[in-house]
Amino acid sequence: MNNKYFIGCLAVILCLLPLFGVQGYPLHIIITILIWSFAYTGWSIMGRFGLVSLGHGAFMAMGGYITALLWNYLGMSPWLGIPIALVITGILAIIVAYPCFKFRIVGHYFALVTLALSEVVRQVIIATRDYTGGSLGYTPEPHGEGWSIYAIQFPDDRIVFLYIAIFTWLVGIIIWKIIDGSMSRYALEAISEDEDASSAIGVKVTNEKLKITVLSAIMTAFAGALYCQYQMFISPDTIGGVGISLQIVFAVVVGGIYSSLGPTVGAVITLILAEMLRISIGTATVNLTESLTINAAGFPLFIYGIMLVGFIIFLPKGIVGGLSDLLSKKEDKSFNIKSSNVK
Amino acid sequence: MAEFTESLFSIFFIETLMNGLLLGGILALLSIGLNLIFGVIDVVWICYAEIIMVGMYLIFYLNNDLGFHIIPSMIAGILFSGLVGWLTHKIVISRLIDAAPINQLIATGGLLFFFQGAAMIVFGIEFRNMGMSLGSLALSEDIYLSWTRLLSFAISGVIVVGLYFFLSKSYLGAAIRAISQDKEIMSLMGVDTKKLYLLTSAIGGALAGLAACLLVLQYDVHPFIGLSFGPITFIICVMGGLGNMVGGFVAAFIFSELITIGGYFAEIEWGYVLAFVFFIVMMFIRPEGLFARKS
Repeated sequence: MNNKYFIGCLAVILCLLPLFGVQGYPLHIIITILIWSFAYTGWSIMGRFGLVSLGHGAFMAMGGYITALLWNYLGMSPWLGIPIALVITGILAIIVAYPCFKFRIVGHYFALVTLALSEVVRQVIIATRDYTGGSLGYTPEPHGEGWSIYAIQFPDDRIVFLYIAIFTWLVGIIIWKIIDGSMSRYALEAISEDEDASSAIGVKVTNEKLKITVLSAIMTAFAGALYCQYQMFISPDTIGGVGISLQIVFAVVVGGIYSSLGPTVGAVITLILAEMLRISIGTATVNLTESLTINAAGFPLFIYGIMLVGFIIFLPKGIVGGLSDLLSKKEDKSFNIKSSNVK
Repeated sequence: MAEFTESLFSIFFIETLMNGLLLGGILALLSIGLNLIFGVIDVVWICYAEIIMVGMYLIFYLNNDLGFHIIPSMIAGILFSGLVGWLTHKIVISRLIDAAPINQLIATGGLLFFFQGAAMIVFGIEFRNMGMSLGSLALSEDIYLSWTRLLSFAISGVIVVGLYFFLSKSYLGAAIRAISQDKEIMSLMGVDTKKLYLLTSAIGGALAGLAACLLVLQYDVHPFIGLSFGPITFIICVMGGLGNMVGGFVAAFIFSELITIGGYFAEIEWGYVLAFVFFIVMMFIRPEGLFARKS
């Protein structure tokens, strides 16, 4: 399915939104969706090859925290701080992923090692609470009043961030497309089917896996840094830990792991669902009996959970994957071989 | 350096070591049920800690709000967790039994959100405390050991031994062991694998309920408590070798000592960092688990 034009139109429409008077809260939601979409796309470029990582919460937290810490303690501009954060995250990804691939840690063992990584980063942030604020969260110090290009801070003005977010999102999609059309894709698909066989025909297994993992980690870290600059507040639970790692996996699975727009659709659905539930149900409490109350704040998680289980059972290719299968039964034949390649 | 050696032999360090040993009892108990499911069905229940949380809430609710005695509340908690385990397999896992392992893992991740959401809906996000303490045992003037931890230590020992005999001596145990070795052949032999899986899941859930009984006595209950001890439970199972009860038991003690010793010299979080880093490094050295025989 060639959706190049569709994505182009979408980007143009998004760019024109401020002209139609979209601002404030709806604009905030759109920016958040775009930033998360980029993180989800970052996860999906490795997740689609069966490299299911539960450690992306760690990478995202690294991106945000390193940028913010460099700014607050060394006064280093995010223009320099973000690249440094990305490099450090990339190194961390290599340190963890290289032995994993070297020693053939795959499937749910890989997921559990990366899960441990999420926990390590989260616990380090909490343990160094004197510097990072621990579980209470952390705020990059504002650079003077109003705009600061030097500090990439644009308080009270979402339009700049809208364009940054649109650009980032587009780059994410383009990276996805480039990988989709590259030789690495075929190599990685072969690896996800059978490592020994692909190694025998000359695929550099460790090398290919490492490349995609580092790229994926760096993309996620960038999303973390961007999130930090936009929200001006980060905490281990909003951009790190096992919760965020699972949220990333969840959104991509819902949207569709094998399609370029899958992660974006996942982000739209999950974030809008969460916001809608939050607004419509709110955090009201209804007393059923003296001791039992219905606490509406739990509904988003509750419905998330049911949806995730339902998607895995009935629609493992996600919404975009499932839809495009329906629309193009013909293409489906060539796709059939790969229909169960999440290992 | 002198200070360091002094701190090693201080009475508090000995207390730390013993508390670590007792924490190991709790961790072992937490991981036994998961290990059984891991070993037999070959499924990772990411939501295992949340089933414990559900058990804790039920015990808390029956005891604190409805005023039942603690013992029947705990029995109800164990039975209910067993039911939750049974349902988890019946409704979710049985449909995914032939799917890729990672899909099963993600589906139980969905259950994790489901249980957390359900707990929030019913009980809100407040921390709830039973306000019950069994007191502590004074070994000497300076060393105190909590009875709850001693009790969990004893119970998890009994459970490990009991489970060992159940698996090695009983007819059902033999069937469960056989099915964990080869499920295709077992179904050809006329064994109803579905029934055995359901039974194993129910036992695993009930063991989660048992862990809940002991946890509810010493920790506050809140919807996200599972996230605080879930990850450590998984890595204990993996470290010990999936399905290897004895390995899991030993791994629990290694991790608990790492955590408490890390907590003794710095903050408790560094203890966890130490434990997780140790796990990651050990995965590279012995991916099959600590006690796997070299093939």
